[in-house]
Formats: sequence, C-alpha cells, structure tokens
Amino acid sequence: MHHELEPSASTSIIELHDHVKETLVSKFGTSLIRSQIDYDFPVFIIEKNAVHDILSFLKNDEGMKYDFLTTMCGIHYPENKGEEFALMYQLHNMQKNHRIRIKTFMSTADINMPTITDIWLTANWMEREAFDFYGFKFSGHPDLRRILNMDEMNYHPMRKEYALEDAGRDDKADKYFGR
Amino acid sequence: MITSVDIRSEHQPAGLEGQGFFATNLDKVVGLARANSLWPLPFATSCCGIEFMATMASHYDLSRFGMERLSFSPRQADLLMVMGTISKKMGPILRQVYEQMAEPKWVLSMGACASSGGIFDTYSVLQGIDRIIPVDVYIPGCPPRPEQVLDGILKIQELAKSEGRNRRESPEYKAMLAKYGLE
Amino acid sequence: MRGVSGNIGQTFATATEVTEQKDYSILNLGPTHPATHGIFQNVLTMDGELIVKAVPTIGYIHRAFEKLAEHRPYNQITPITDRLNYCSSPINNMGWHMTVEKLIGCEVPKRAQYLRVIIMELSRITDHIVCDTVIAVDTGAMTGFLYLFQWREKIYEIFEEICGARLTTNIGRIGGMERDFNEKAWAKLHAFMKEFPAALHEFDKLVTRNRIFIDRTMKCGAISAEKALAFGFTGPNLRAAGVDYDVRVMNPYSSYQDFEFDIPVGTNGDTYDRYMVRLEEMWQSMRIIEQAIKNMPDGKFHAEVPEFYLPPKEDVYSKMEALIYHFKIVMGETDVPKGEVYHSVEGGNGELGFYLISDGGRTPYRLHFRRPCYIYYQAYSSMIEGGMLSDAILTMSSMNVIAGELDA
Repeated sequence: MHHELEPSASTSIIELHDHVKETLVSKFGTSLIRSQIDYDFPVFIIEKNAVHDILSFLKNDEGMKYDFLTTMCGIHYPENKGEEFALMYQLHNMQKNHRIRIKTFMSTADINMPTITDIWLTANWMEREAFDFYGFKFSGHPDLRRILNMDEMNYHPMRKEYALEDAGRDDKADKYFGR
Repeated sequence: MITSVDIRSEHQPAGLEGQGFFATNLDKVVGLARANSLWPLPFATSCCGIEFMATMASHYDLSRFGMERLSFSPRQADLLMVMGTISKKMGPILRQVYEQMAEPKWVLSMGACASSGGIFDTYSVLQGIDRIIPVDVYIPGCPPRPEQVLDGILKIQELAKSEGRNRRESPEYKAMLAKYGLE
Repeated sequence: MRGVSGNIGQTFATATEVTEQKDYSILNLGPTHPATHGIFQNVLTMDGELIVKAVPTIGYIHRAFEKLAEHRPYNQITPITDRLNYCSSPINNMGWHMTVEKLIGCEVPKRAQYLRVIIMELSRITDHIVCDTVIAVDTGAMTGFLYLFQWREKIYEIFEEICGARLTTNIGRIGGMERDFNEKAWAKLHAFMKEFPAALHEFDKLVTRNRIFIDRTMKCGAISAEKALAFGFTGPNLRAAGVDYDVRVMNPYSSYQDFEFDIPVGTNGDTYDRYMVRLEEMWQSMRIIEQAIKNMPDGKFHAEVPEFYLPPKEDVYSKMEALIYHFKIVMGETDVPKGEVYHSVEGGNGELGFYLISDGGRTPYRLHFRRPCYIYYQAYSSMIEGGMLSDAILTMSSMNVIAGELDA
C-alpha cells in the first residue's frame, strides 16, 4: 500500500504553535508550563509526569496525529539549579508536514521517566542512548542498558562534569594541546 | 631467438647461477616467497576501510602484490591490516584476533586513528593499537590515499623479505611479546 | 519456486512438528566478519539455519562525536561530521553548514546553493554505488563491485579538484563554498555525466533482472510501511517499504525546490526493493545534477559573513579588520549567537538531523546528531528473526548500515 504524502503549503509556524498550545492547555491544563518558537519550531515545555500522556495524545488524537518520532535526546544544564537535566522530543506529522518540539526538565535528584517505547517503537534505542550518556532511568523500558559505551563503564560520560579525554592517557602532553 | 642474455630478472638475490640452476641462501628464497604471497586480514572498522576497498578495487589493484586472496579468518592470515578507529570496546577483540594468527605475522596500522587515536582524543577511543599489539608498519593519513597504502604494503613486503627465519624464536622477539603480555 | 527463503523456513517448522526438546545453537555474527560491513555484533540463536532470536550489540566504534563537538569550535566540527556516514561525507558537511547558517541567520547565494546540490548528489551516487555493489557481492557477484568502483574513483577526482580530499572531504564552509569549481572540475564533471550512464546501464543489465539475484533478494528481509514508520525508518529503506518521504521534498533546503526529480518508491520493503530504490535514485541524482549544471546561476560562491568565512588573503595582509577576523576564525574564537536549532538533510540513508544548542560561546553547548542508521538498525533483529542466516546477511547489506553513523 502506498502512502501518499503531500508537502502541504506551510501553515505559518505561529498558527501551528497557537493551535497546539490551545489544544494542550484545554486538555492538560497546567502540565504545559510554557511554549515558545525557536527558529522554525514550536517548542512546548511540559511537566515531567505528563510526558507520557501528552505524547500519547499527540500521536493518537485525530486532530494532532504526530505519528513520527524524529529524534529525542538528553541535555545537561548544570547551572540550572533544580532543573539540571532535560529531555527533548521532536515529533513530525508527516501527512501535514508539521514539526514540533517537546521539552521537559527535571532535577538531578529525580531523573526517572516513564518510557515511551509503547507509543513509538523507535524510542527503544533512543532512550538507551539517553541512559548511556546521562543516566536517565526509563521505567517500563524493555531492555534498559548501555548501548554505545562499554558495559563496564561506571559513569555517564556526556554529563558536563566529565572530561572529554581519557583520564588515564599518558602519551599526549596536555600542554601541547592547549588544555 | 631469445638467449639467456635477453632475459634478466630484477631484484634477484645474490647467488650462484649456472646452466639450469640458481643457488642462494634459503632465507632469501623463503623471504621472496613470503613477501609476494601474503594473505592479508582486512580488519576494517571505519573510513579507512572504504579507502581500502578502493585500494582493493581495479584502479589501485592490491592483487598485483600477491594479495589476491583476502583472509577473514585469522588462522589463515599473515598480515593483520588494522584500518580505522579502534575503540576500547573493540580492543579485546583485536587482541584476540591477533593472538589467533600463527607466526610469522605482521601488523599494518593504517590511518591516524589506528596509529595514535587520530582526531578522536576521547574517553572511548584507544589511542593507538600499539598499546595492545605490536605493530610493524604505520601508515599515516586520514584516510591515507591508496598510493600511501600501497607504499605501506611494499614496506611490509620488504620486512617479510629480509626477515631471518629464526627471528620469531629469538629472545628479543619473545621479550617484545612479553612486554605486551602475549606469549 | 526456488528462493522464497522466508517461506521455506516456515513450511519446515510446521511440517515436521518436532515434539522433543529443540537443540538451539548460538552463533556469534561479528563484530569482525567479512560480510558485516562495519563492526557490529549479532548473537544469533539458531535452529539449524533458521534464526530464532537475534541480539545486536553496537558501540564498537563509538568515538564520542557528541561530546567531542562540545569541545571544538564550529568550523572544526565539519571534519567530525565527515566521519559520520563516511561513504557520503559531503552531505554531512553541507548539513552541518546549513545548520550553523540557520543559527546565525545567514542567507547563502544561489550559486553556492546550486554548487552544493551538485556535490551532495554526487556523494549520494557514491553512497548508493557502495550499497548496491555490496548487495551484489553478498549474493556472490563480484563483477559489479569492480566495474562501478572505477566510477567512484572518477567522483573522487571531482571532489579532489574542489576540496583536495577524496573521502573525508571537509567540503564547503559556513557561508558557502571555499572556492568555485575550477576549469578542471567542470571538465571532469562533464566527462563523468557523459560516461557514467553507460556504466550504470551495464551494472543494471548484469544484476537487476538476473535470475539468481532476484531469487536471493525478493521477499528477503521485508518490512511493512507501518512497522517501518513505527521504527523511525527514513530514506531509501522507508521508500522501499512504500512511503514517499524525502526531506528534499518535504522541507526543501539549498534550492532543492527548483529541481524536478522523482522519488522512487517500492512495494514490499524487501531487499530487492531497497536495491531498486537506490539504483533508481542514482538516475534521479544524475537528473538533478544535469539541471543544476544547465541552470547554474552566476554570482558569488559564498555569503558575506566575515565572522565565519575567511576573508581573502589580500585583505588579511592589508586591512586590520580582516586580519582580526582571520585570526579569530582560525583560532576558533568566534562567538556564535545563542539559540536552539534543528536542521535536517536527506543523507544517503535517510533524514540526517543536527540539533544544535548554542549558549553564545565558541563551541556548541549541545550537538545531537539524528543518525538514520542508528534509528533503523533497531528493526534489524525483528527483520531477520524467522529467516535464514544467508538472508540475514543480505538484509544487513541492503539496509546500508554504516558503522560510523551507527555509533558516532
């Protein structure tokens, strides 16, 4: 079966942002903390506990139909006290060619999230990567273990407090590398 | 009519020649045979692997040098060509492949990543395969052009040609292996 | 009918109805394996030749690109993007440059955009040559590989004329191209456009309707469109499953809207469809390059962004401002505006996205690569379970898994 997609004449980004914002506010109230437009993406900052419900709604609701999860990743903001970790999800409605970004913040003390692998199969490895790099624990994930780094590694390397270079290397003198 | 004067062999080892025979050192004959019939094991991990594919293809043709038959099984290979970045996760596997090869064996490190970690001075990349296995020839480049790869292979052939037959049993070689923790 | 590999396995399982305990064997496929083109491991639980369960392990070439990018200034990240999908490095380079241009709000002149399109389509051809010839090699046909790799050398020569490098090109600059195409580059490009169609036709005739090839690849590793979308497939793998999603058409960049080209779409999502989609895409890429050459606009080949684009040497030697810009660009001390931007391009394997957060400093605060290989390789184990081992090899090579993009 062929799926015909038409790149629609672009609804202006502001209209898209307003439409999604209204819908989310009417259905989820204060779970939508704030929203903005970054370059050409409407961005919606939502509460951590509402992520699963909101994403499920955005995928399945007839008026939304964001059925493609383009990407997700973790971000570490060590200076934002109380909101050090963030997760970013990017959704794509292929039929209408609408893209939006969902972000959620959490503090270092509580980086547990419900998994969204039941909504999109593709989130499986994306969440494993976020766990491997930052340490997010996705409850309900079928197989949450490290994916890119060695299994024996005992820290989460993308966090800002860890250095890029291997601490034990002895063949490169830092003074020649400007470090 | 072709007389013996018309046909000359180049790069012939020094020896005694006569009607229908040629006598030279056994080492030199063995060296010639080894050098021109190496079976490489292409341990290709990343971008250098694609340049190796270009070297193996018809334009730069690796089989001119006797390397027509690539061996992916270490048990049957002579030359371990490590092409590409080796991460710390891959290190034990590289070591196991090296240990599975039988003597005499040579190791060629192709590219900056295999020689020293390359541009990836990171926590997950092994800064050079000579941290875990002994290397005979390093080919710098990122990735090296096929001409550079052929140059490196010619150097390996020089090594294979001039190596004494007892080198692998000598105490210096064994001491070098012991330094790497191999026996 | 011979060669309907998936179905034969099913028939045996029901016909024999073995009641005693099955004795499964474990086979370790990789990470070093001649037929896995790249280093990733699959531990297969086999029932004879049938694969019952596959557990993939990746990360054997994890080079920490995302962490590395946080410590390198913006123009030094281009060589890192080279090494993502290294079979088509120019596409990665251009995608990164476009992301930064979006961040700083720079509009690139039309000529530079058309030059970029030519380079991107040439590198798409190189990527698809690798994939299609390697599918043929895995079925036992070495000839196509040897024939078509000659043509990759010709494309490499064109890249060398433009940027000096063959494989990891670091081509283009933030703001446009570093130099215009010179006479020799145009000559080589014209020669390539004249001679490549015959070679591609030859490969086509050798492989596409070859009885053995069709028997081996049809119905091998099939995936439905719904499942492919659920797994986040993009690119030729998704188009082979029947969904015509192409970033060049959906979210056009670099003047792709000016060009007329078709998007080939398959029906079954099996290996044969993936092979055919890539083959047809090579023809469409040739079409795009022809149109770009014909309609090439005149003008500058770079935008006026002196903070990011090296000023000409005469100015550096004579004017103070140019000297300072030159110094700052080379030392990587240029500060970039704050912002959060996502830009995607149609890479050889699908939607290659760059999510960039800048905090105003000289290096990105966070750079995340949306790597198509990483995302669609998740589906590999479900695609091969229930099939034969030889089909698993073909499925892997037809999905064009590039280890650099998989692990980053």
